[in-house]
Amino acid sequence: MKTKIDVQNLNLWYGKNHALHGINLDIYKNKITALIGPSGCGKSTFLRCINRMNDLINNVNIKGQIIIDEKNIYDKDVDEVSVRKRIGMVFQQPNPFPKSIYENIAYAPIKHGIVKKGKSCDELVEKSLISAGLWDEVKDKLQEPGTSLSGGQQQRLCIARTIAVEPDVILMDEPTSALDPISTEKIEALMLELKKKYTIVIVTHNMQQAARVADYTAFFHMGDLIEYDETETIFVNPKQKKTEDYITGRFG
Amino acid sequence: MKNKNNPFYDPSLKKRHASAKRFKFFAISSLVIAISFLVFFISDMLQKGLPALQQSYIQVEISYNQKSIDSPRSAIDRSLRRVVSRAEIRQIPRKIENNPQLMNTTKFEWILADDQVDQYVKGNYYKLKNKDKKKIDELKKQGRVELKFNSIFFTNGDSKIPEFAGIKSALIGSILTLLVTIMVSFPIGVMTAIYLEEFAQDNKFTQMIEVNINNLAAIPSILFGLLGLAIFINLFGLPRSSALVGGLTLALMTLPIIIVTARAALRSVPDSIRQAGYGLGLTKIQVVRDHVLPLAFPGIMTGTIIGLAQAMGETAPLIIVGMIAFIPDSPTSITEAATVMPAQIFTWAGMPERAYIEKTAMGILTLLTVLISLNTIAVYLRKKFETKW
Repeated sequence: MKTKIDVQNLNLWYGKNHALHGINLDIYKNKITALIGPSGCGKSTFLRCINRMNDLINNVNIKGQIIIDEKNIYDKDVDEVSVRKRIGMVFQQPNPFPKSIYENIAYAPIKHGIVKKGKSCDELVEKSLISAGLWDEVKDKLQEPGTSLSGGQQQRLCIARTIAVEPDVILMDEPTSALDPISTEKIEALMLELKKKYTIVIVTHNMQQAARVADYTAFFHMGDLIEYDETETIFVNPKQKKTEDYITGRFG
Repeated sequence: MKNKNNPFYDPSLKKRHASAKRFKFFAISSLVIAISFLVFFISDMLQKGLPALQQSYIQVEISYNQKSIDSPRSAIDRSLRRVVSRAEIRQIPRKIENNPQLMNTTKFEWILADDQVDQYVKGNYYKLKNKDKKKIDELKKQGRVELKFNSIFFTNGDSKIPEFAGIKSALIGSILTLLVTIMVSFPIGVMTAIYLEEFAQDNKFTQMIEVNINNLAAIPSILFGLLGLAIFINLFGLPRSSALVGGLTLALMTLPIIIVTARAALRSVPDSIRQAGYGLGLTKIQVVRDHVLPLAFPGIMTGTIIGLAQAMGETAPLIIVGMIAFIPDSPTSITEAATVMPAQIFTWAGMPERAYIEKTAMGILTLLTVLISLNTIAVYLRKKFETKW
């Protein structure tokens, strides 16, 4: 089993508020890792450290290392823009650009120089939509606005958009919390499909979801990583009392 | 009792409903008052201004010869000299110069009547000698006095002869001035807004800039005139009274409005769009230019149009930089002396001749027409560029 992301002693402060306390974590390649925990426990903050989205916020101070492919992404010679290209992100609310379905997917790859406008771009759009399981539903209306799709379709469009820039890792921040059960099921099936090619890290409030899709689960509480193990171990045989309390619904 | 068998009876409700009704009544009355002011103003302007669309013309015999070149007055019969426009008499030598074939001919021509005659024909207050009045009555019977469409109003610049005065030079001056204003204030304003909203860090310095910009939007416009005078004319030595200086001064005034509204438009773009862009590894400029700006564009347009409409109606700062000058010929470049429509209206409103009243009203109507068409174009553009969201 290969480690894809090696987090070493990661600390994060929002101003004076110490939000992440020395996180150490190995995220494995081609696995789905779920981050669970009560609201405000730092799991989303941690997720956003992996693709340096926290750099966009003022007053954030990060210490520690996140080593991806033997390179610390917080090294001075690493540009955060190129980190985000390699490490894609899907958000809680589906957020397609207010452009056509085609442009939603094609925009970033063209800007990154992955494809040029024309046939190769058409192929990439088709490939991405097929990977996201959306192609059959939208192939006849690629020029319609992305916002005209239903919520679940929009979220799969966002996934297709992320895949199109050919990342190694996909981060998902509660990707199904705004969706109905049927759309959620489709996204979960898609995640299981995608892990063959990508490493996936998902933040979720839904413990059944973590149990259903994740290979590994990390439990966060108050900015600490309480426990990290195979999902089955976490859910069936947790070592920490706090984990057990949370999973059995005694707090959180 | 009614309330005994009605479980929904609530004694306080009557009072609460009455209060709602009272509020509605006051709201509607305010609306009615506001609308009636507007209706009164527009109908008054129409009533006063529409007669200016017509001008009295008189058919007279003009003799073109050497004598009328030396003394143009002699070209027209003595009894008619006082009832035709001085402007027409002045032009007789030039007509011959432009068309030598006219020499030594006499022709019956329709020419402009004097402004007092015009007022008499339109039934307004007039100052005419009895002799001249009788002459006009006589001509009228012969069908030699007519009200014709006043194209002069739209093809001439200002004139001290009322029947010969027009809005054209002021209109062109306004357009040139506004062009300078928009070219300067739009890019600078939008760029500033983008920088402050998307790039700048939120610290004491940017907060200070923000407070100052908001304050600038509320500064009396005449102070911008003084600023324009001090900087553009006295310091940079740009030509006084010119559309360039006027436009730059108005740009100073419009800038804060554009910045404030553009920032509001940018702020209203949901942050999820930016997150989506950054999450794909796009650079700041790609996110802002291709995803944020298109969504904010309609709002930015609206702010710009509001700013420009205000600039268009502005007089005070332009008086300070000398744009109230008497401009008979339309300016052809932004460095020539020019005046603008509101300044022209201001000048006409102060003229003693009765005929300028209708010119003033017509000037206001023209200004309003231009403003309304500007706004219409803005609404159209807004609708056209609005992204379905």
